[in-house]
Amino acid sequence: MDRVHAATTGATMRLSGTRTIGGLAAALALGLGLGATTPAIAQDKVLKAVMHADVRVIDPIWTTQTIANIHGMLVYDTLFGNDANMEPKPQMVGKYDISADRLTYTFTLRDGLKFSDGTPVTTKDVIASLRRWGKKDGVGIRLFSFVETLTASDDKTFVMKLTKPYGMVLDSLGKTNSSVAVIMREVEAMTDPQQQVKESIGSGPYMMVKDLWVPGSKAIYVKNPHYVPRPGNEPPSSFAGTKIAGVDRIELLWIADSQTAMSALIAGEIDFFENPGTDFLPMLEKARNVKLLKTGDLDSTHGMIRLNHLHPPFDNPKARQAMYHLINQEDFLRAIVGDPKYYRVCHGLITCGAPLASDGGSHFFKDYNPKKALQLLKEAGYKGEPITVLQATDHNTITPATQVLVQAMRDAGINVDAQAMDWGTVVSRRAKKEPPAQGGWNIFVTTTGGVGSANPVLHTWIGAACDKGLFGWPCDAKIEELRNDFAFAQTDADKKRIARDLQTRAMEQVVYIPFGQWTTPLAYRSDRIEGIVPNTGLAVLWGIKRK
Amino acid sequence: MTAYIVRRLFATIPVMVVVAVFVFFLLRIAPGDPAAIIAGEDATAEAIEAVRAKLGLDRPVLEQFVLWTWGLLQGDFGVSIFSNLPVTRLMAQRMEPTIALTLSTLLVAVGLAIPTGVIAAWKARRWPDRVVMVFAVMGFAVPGFLIAYVLIWIFAVKLGWLPVQGYRPIAEGFWPFVEGLILPSLALGVTYMALIARITRASMLDVLSQDYIRTANSKGLATTRVLLLHALKNAAVPIVTVIGIGIALLISGVVITETVFNIPGLGRLTVDAVLKRDYPIVQGLIIVFAGAKVLVNLAIDISYAFLDPRIRY
Repeated sequence: MDRVHAATTGATMRLSGTRTIGGLAAALALGLGLGATTPAIAQDKVLKAVMHADVRVIDPIWTTQTIANIHGMLVYDTLFGNDANMEPKPQMVGKYDISADRLTYTFTLRDGLKFSDGTPVTTKDVIASLRRWGKKDGVGIRLFSFVETLTASDDKTFVMKLTKPYGMVLDSLGKTNSSVAVIMREVEAMTDPQQQVKESIGSGPYMMVKDLWVPGSKAIYVKNPHYVPRPGNEPPSSFAGTKIAGVDRIELLWIADSQTAMSALIAGEIDFFENPGTDFLPMLEKARNVKLLKTGDLDSTHGMIRLNHLHPPFDNPKARQAMYHLINQEDFLRAIVGDPKYYRVCHGLITCGAPLASDGGSHFFKDYNPKKALQLLKEAGYKGEPITVLQATDHNTITPATQVLVQAMRDAGINVDAQAMDWGTVVSRRAKKEPPAQGGWNIFVTTTGGVGSANPVLHTWIGAACDKGLFGWPCDAKIEELRNDFAFAQTDADKKRIARDLQTRAMEQVVYIPFGQWTTPLAYRSDRIEGIVPNTGLAVLWGIKRK
Repeated sequence: MTAYIVRRLFATIPVMVVVAVFVFFLLRIAPGDPAAIIAGEDATAEAIEAVRAKLGLDRPVLEQFVLWTWGLLQGDFGVSIFSNLPVTRLMAQRMEPTIALTLSTLLVAVGLAIPTGVIAAWKARRWPDRVVMVFAVMGFAVPGFLIAYVLIWIFAVKLGWLPVQGYRPIAEGFWPFVEGLILPSLALGVTYMALIARITRASMLDVLSQDYIRTANSKGLATTRVLLLHALKNAAVPIVTVIGIGIALLISGVVITETVFNIPGLGRLTVDAVLKRDYPIVQGLIIVFAGAKVLVNLAIDISYAFLDPRIRY
């Protein structure tokens, strides 16, 4: 560890002045120098993992990007960690107590917790971190809307008092999707949540070597010498269990071209490939020393067709419901995935295969009939105006799904204005509330994760909070009421009932149209690494060991 | 000559100003929003707006331009919207791989193309000429990325002689540095090789029909001496011009090659920054690329005077 610090401290000092053109030359020379430090570290046990994206942001609260959370879960720790069944288990918390009226939560941190810079983790850090998360993350905002006080009793114990017996406190603190509730040092946690923190120092199993970070190429992590794992050697299960750093160094690599990443895995240049494209799976299945690990339903991806509720024709529920008659999920899934063993038809909005899944509202899918779709649209007042579809051209799943949708609409006789653009443009364009003719839109296609979709509170796309909701802006008080009821439900039976009612209502209002659910297996070198845990929302890398 | 060089260097200033103005405003006109990308999938329109305000992207475009230009005049290219790192540092990290790839491609392409072009001209309309021209046409016709995949499959995956991807700095050893550049240089150099070989052949054919070449041959000079000293030197001006144009082509070519071979160079940085709408990086890179292009053109112009004594500045 000292060697890493020694190798990188000088780099930090020299890089601090890199703001001028002169600095450009100095930094280039430094780049050569940094290369010289790499071999010494590389002699340790190294995991080379190609992820679905590059680590470009080091603040998992500032952005909801999945890769930022994967980075965050190496560097930071959480109070609770949800296991593979989405059950929250203590992680940094040693013991906790919930009052009988479920309004007071008392948490005590485990002994000896330290950040990677050697300073102890205190309740000041925890409270500041939770407050920052509670201002930025959707689930955190909802939780904090019920928090009356959050106070430290001492350096290790803090108390959260609620105004109402909100039932999702521990689930929210341990969640594995969107922005994870990571614990930072107080100094970073005091940063405005709309601004990115400048340092990435946490109390997780690894620490980032920031001076070796090449955004868009690689991020390097080494073992955190101050990390204190949970006692008991509990087996890893998603974010729960004892976290034992399995290798000395993790390199999160970004290979933009999937073909190249696949070749690199077969040739043994990398150990782990998080997201191989479905096109490459047959080749990887046959490759020597390469194994595919299928992840569960909870780690699936869900396809969503989002309609804009603000403008005609989809401001009318009848017109929205007419679109169900155009959707044959098999068409979409074959275009995106191909092999049926990696996809399943799912006529619900709650993740199929999850404990809360039900058939509520699935009758809308019973009648695939494009002619009827057009007829119902006309009955809802559609007169052949162009319907603007934002057609992403550079996304491996959303692009083919949009093409299938556009073709289905055209085949039915609907006037489609398919506007081709890159995904970056879709992301900004969909935020526009103006009518389609003035730069707005009627339809876009997107995806969401199975973990979030398995829980009505975490599933933000099922919400219907009007202007305060997500793009498309569905507006329905009943849906919001049911989501709220779910958060206060005391029994599993109540939760199931409410989830079913919610799904039925949301499908009736057409918050979005699902077009199926699929999983992408992890690919890894079975001759080199072991201890791979199936994803449940985020890749779990800390337990992977070299053989 | 010195006065000419100084004049040309001063003439680059308005060029760079025009480039700066165009790149800044074109990026702002182009659709897309970095704030929306940062805010993520589950962000509301209000959350996106809050990020945009913090990044200063909600300020008037003219104000943003003045701030950026002011920084630029002080040598400050700004800070990446996403990584929060100085653009100079990000470019410096990526410069060595791109320079190494460009130079090795030039070396491979020029080293192979000029001799083959000379041989093709010398043996014009005979089988060596036809073989060279077939390869030249294929070099133009086959896309570089396809050549790259085929090379990877044969030499890296099947034979295991060379790495599939990645870049090792020269500081990690000469052979690791070289072996990582062989396949990318070949893949990137094929088109370039074809271009130079054809121009060399055409230019040599023109020179070889001149009276002074006939005289040199009549004097009994060795063929290699005639070809290399008398003909090639006089045919060099168009060849050097094409090499200069080729350097500009290489800058765009490295984008694909760096992607396929996963070389963390300026090309990849450009593509990633464009896709993410990381304005400061794109602006900085375009300025650097434009500056490089201007300097290469200047170097080519100066070389004319050395290759052809009739040219004076």
